This record gives sequence, structure tokens and C-alpha cells, in this order.
Amino acid sequence: MARFATRRLLEMLAVLFAISVIVFLIFNVIPNTNPAERIAGKNATPQLVAQVEETWGFDEPLPVQYLTTMELIFSGELISYSTQLEVDERILEGIPATFSLCIGAAAIWLFFGVLFGYLSAVRAGGALDKALTVFALIGISLPVFWLAALLLYYLTFQVELFPSGGYVPLTEDPLDWAYHLILPWTTLAVLFVGFYSRVLRSNMLDTMNEDFVRTARAKGLPERQVRVRHVLRNSLIPMVTLFGLDFAAVLGGGAILTEYIFNLNGVGQYAADAIAELDFPPIMGVTLFGAFFVVLFNTLIDIAYAWLDPRIRLGEASR
Amino acid sequence: MGRSPWYLAYRRLRSNRLALAALALFVAIVLFSLAAPLWADLVADTGPNRTHTTDTVTVDGERREVVAPDGTPIGPLWFGAGGRFFLGADGNLGRDEMVRLMYGGRTSLFIGVAAALITTVLAIVLALLAGWFRGWTDTVISRSLDVIWAFPVLLLGIALGTALAVGGLEIGPLHLSSGSIWIPILIIGFVLTPYMARPLRGEVLALREQEFVEAAVAGGAGPLRIMFGELLPNLWSTVIVLFTLNIANVMLLEAGLSFLGAGVQPPGSSWGTMISNGAELIYTTPLLTILPGSLIVLTVLSLNVFGDGLREALDPRSRVRLEAHAGSYVPERGAA
Repeated sequence: MARFATRRLLEMLAVLFAISVIVFLIFNVIPNTNPAERIAGKNATPQLVAQVEETWGFDEPLPVQYLTTMELIFSGELISYSTQLEVDERILEGIPATFSLCIGAAAIWLFFGVLFGYLSAVRAGGALDKALTVFALIGISLPVFWLAALLLYYLTFQVELFPSGGYVPLTEDPLDWAYHLILPWTTLAVLFVGFYSRVLRSNMLDTMNEDFVRTARAKGLPERQVRVRHVLRNSLIPMVTLFGLDFAAVLGGGAILTEYIFNLNGVGQYAADAIAELDFPPIMGVTLFGAFFVVLFNTLIDIAYAWLDPRIRLGEASR
Repeated sequence: MGRSPWYLAYRRLRSNRLALAALALFVAIVLFSLAAPLWADLVADTGPNRTHTTDTVTVDGERREVVAPDGTPIGPLWFGAGGRFFLGADGNLGRDEMVRLMYGGRTSLFIGVAAALITTVLAIVLALLAGWFRGWTDTVISRSLDVIWAFPVLLLGIALGTALAVGGLEIGPLHLSSGSIWIPILIIGFVLTPYMARPLRGEVLALREQEFVEAAVAGGAGPLRIMFGELLPNLWSTVIVLFTLNIANVMLLEAGLSFLGAGVQPPGSSWGTMISNGAELIYTTPLLTILPGSLIVLTVLSLNVFGDGLREALDPRSRVRLEAHAGSYVPERGAA
């Protein structure tokens, strides 16, 4: 187990390094203009550009530039030159809103994803299955920001049922916190419910043909017990990996559109707001933060998984 | 006398009425978009970017302003003005909404197909190389894909989109100016590649163990011949399904990027940028948000339903349930 964990952590470090190189390349090397001008922002003065060039060392060779960039980012000295705010602080400030949005939405999408998937698998081919399939397909075909805009229009403007956005900290007023998050939760969850129910449905249909399910039936277990304890439980295993990826991606700032349109001021919205100003440091910071978060989260899930199921760490070792 | 598997698949597809209806819907949307210049020249008599801020239009003999003094655009006139401003104007610039929807569709669909093609070609080549050679080739390819995979899709798209929106792109002979539509195409095609390459690689790994491959090796076939002559033909059914679903994903991602301003750049417009413009006026003219969004939903939905039908037709037992391999094809992570 210790060997598996060590190996997995070393792999993680390699991936994190690669990610940082890619982020460096995207912002400092690939584009076709003077990097200092880009990083200084849209309306920068020549003095500021010169200062950025100095701080970031753009006259140095690329490997040195890379190190300087990473030093700036990880020492917390990365600042947005248009707003003069420190990027890492602003990201930290956004975390409570982002986490509130994602944890709530994840609970909703898991609950309904599993419920709908289970129902359509046990009623496969029936009317309920068809209805749920249509619902799922529409869900995965909706642009999330469009759904959000319509919900805002109909439910907060036409019928004044919900607030029009904004985030209220949980510590300030738990009820108001939830009230402000109902629409964002729903929006983000709709996107995933359809997909999860489809995946679970087809996993369950596969599992139903397995020998151990036949054995369970043959020894006379009630159908309900077979479905829940044998079929459903085994079909949920692959969904853990899927959920880990999705959950990490939204936690790491991936729910940009949802945050942006409901004005939650989370991590993702910080990046979205920077786009219009072409303010690069925030986008750089959030991109790196998001990818790092996904990798860390998935490494932890993998290790937890291997700890729970020896087949995984043994299988990995023999690969 | 046996029938070819393609013919059998065609027959199964033909009997799936839902999938055929979806295909018909998609074709209708494509035709709608392709007809843009016709409608613009013959009916609406304007272009997608022509402004009519101070113009008037005669509706049933009565002169009306295209944009009211308070900035409110004119609503749908249907054929009240001979087809001009059929769906009204698009805001205080007074551009013809119908014409813009049709031209926007051309952009969105073109990006959808072009980026999906790039993804498909890249994914096929990478999957064949990794799956056939294995060893360090596979390690390098798979790990590189893992790294791209680690980025939340929309964030990576934004990072690339904004970085390239300023100065354009210049890599060797490739020269793209900053407003080029090929920038979002390349970005999206690149970002989505791991999501298609992974399941394909898995399939190549399974195929290479089969006897026909062994026979080809014994017959002295080289790696290129085996990859493209033996393995690739067996991948087509999966590729076609993934390609169809991929167009849908590209369109959702493009809409998200354009909505945020990191995709199609003005004066170009796609359905995504139209929603972005419309959302600013949603409380006065919700139609400007509803229309382009509905077209995206209908297009993506038709592709998803048709793609599902294709999958069932090509692989009736659905042993290779693409979506079932958790984590192997997770497109919807894209635009949250």
C-alpha cells in the first residue's frame, strides 16, 4: 500500500510539473505578442509594461522565465495589474462561494442521477424509462448559461420567487445562503443528472447479466434485494471515478458559467470577469489552481480506492 | 448469402424512427443555416452585421423605427415588411435577428464540424500509435493526454482563447490573425482530443490481440499497414458515433467560450455570442436570448439522439457501451 501511494504521489508531482509548463507556455510563449504587454493588461502604460518585463524577466532564456513565473505564482506575488489585487488572495476569497455551489449541486445531481438511473434500468424499455431518457437527453443538451438566463428571467423577473444572484456567506445567514443558491444548484445539477442517470442505467443493465446476480436470484433472494444490494451497488463503483473527476473540476473553478451568470463571485467567476479586461494573471492563476486541484483530488481518490480495494493496487503494480 | 455489417447497421438505423427524426431535424437546421445568403439577399435585403440604428421600416403602410429612441429594438414583424426583420432587430444596433441567426448558425455548425474533425483525426492517430506500439510510445501519449485531461475543459479553453485572442497564432507556416474563426476551432479540437483518444486507444489495445492482426503480422505487414489497413477499419463504427456526439460537445463548448468572450470574436458571431448579446437585454427582449439558445439545444439534442441511434445500430449488443466506461468519455464536463 505504501509503495502504491508513493508511486501515485510521484506520478502526481510529474503531472503537476507538466501542467505548470503548459500554463507557462500558453501565457508566455505561444501567443504572438510581447508577453509583458499582455500581462500588464489592456490599458497599461509603457512604464508598467517595462516594470512587468523587469519583474517577469522576459529578456531571460525560457527556462529562467519559467522559474520566475512559477516563483511569482507560488510565492503569492502574482498580481492583476489592472486591479492591483493579489491573485492568490482573490482566489482564496472565492473558494467559499465555489464550494457552496459545488457541494450542494453535487448532492442534488448524485441523488437524482442515481434515482433516475436506477428507475430507468429496472424499468428498461418501459414508459418511465423512455420519459427519463428524454429528460436526460434534453438535460445534457442544454447550454448551462442559457438555462440559467431563462431561469433568472422567468423565476426572478417574471415571478419574483428567487433572488437574482449574488452570494451570501453561510456564516452570515444560513437560510439566505441556501435561498440564494437554490437556482445555481439546480442549474448546475441539471447538467449532470441526465448524464449520470444514463451512465448508471447502462452500468446496471450490464451488471444484471453477471453470474453473481443470477446466483443471487437462484438462491431465492427477493428481487428488490438483488437489484439494490447486488446490481446497484456494483454499478455504482465505476461512477465513483467519474464523480471524482467531475466534482474536482467544478470545485477547481470549472463551474465558470454558472458562477458567472448568478454572480456568485467564486473562483471561476474571477477568471470569467478577467476575460473582458484581457487581464491575464487571474486567468493564469485560476487555470493553474483548477488543474492542480483536479490532480490532487484524483490522486487522493485513487489512493483511497486502492486502500479499499486491493485488486486495484495489485493490478496497477503488475501493469 | 450474408449481408455486410454496414448494411445490417443501415437497416437497423432505418427502423429507428426517433434517430431518423433527429437526423431530419439536424439536416433541417443545417439547411436553415446554409440558406442564410439567400434569405439575406432576397428577403431581408441586409447583411448579418449591417446596422439599422436610425432606419425606419414600413409595416402595413405605417412607418416604424427599427430602434425606438429608448433603445428598444423592433419585435418580430413576420412578413409585415415583406420579410424584413422577420424576427425583429437584435438590440440598439438594429441588426436583422433572423439574418443573424442564420449566419450565426453557419459559424456554430462550421466550428462544430471542423473542430470535431480535428479531434477525430488527432484521436485516431494517437490511439493507433499508443495502442499498437505500446511501451514508451503509449506512456508518452497517454501521460500527455492525462495532463490535458486534468484541466477543467472550459478553463483550458478560456486560457487559450484569451491568450490567442490578442495577437493571433503563429507556429511555423500556420498563421492565424487574432479574430480568425480557426482559433476557437483549433483550441476546441485540441482540448477535446483526450476524451476521444482514450476510448479509441482502449479499443485498439483489444483489437491488436485478435487473430486477424496476428495473421497480418505473419504476412509481413509493417506497422503503418497494420495500423491503417487492419486496425483502423475496425474502429470506424466507434469513430462515427464519437464524431457525431463530438460535434454536439464542440457546439456546447463553443457556445460557452463565446458567451464568455473567449471564443468567436466580434464582428463574427455565433449562436453563443448571440446569447451573450441577448442576455444583456433579457428583461426587455427575452426573445433575443431564447432564439439562439433554442437552436443550440435543438442541434445538440438532435446530434445526441442520432448519435445514440447510430451506436445502437452499429453495435446492437452494445457490448462496448462507450458511456459506460466511466471516465473514458466524459464530454459533459465541458461547459459547466
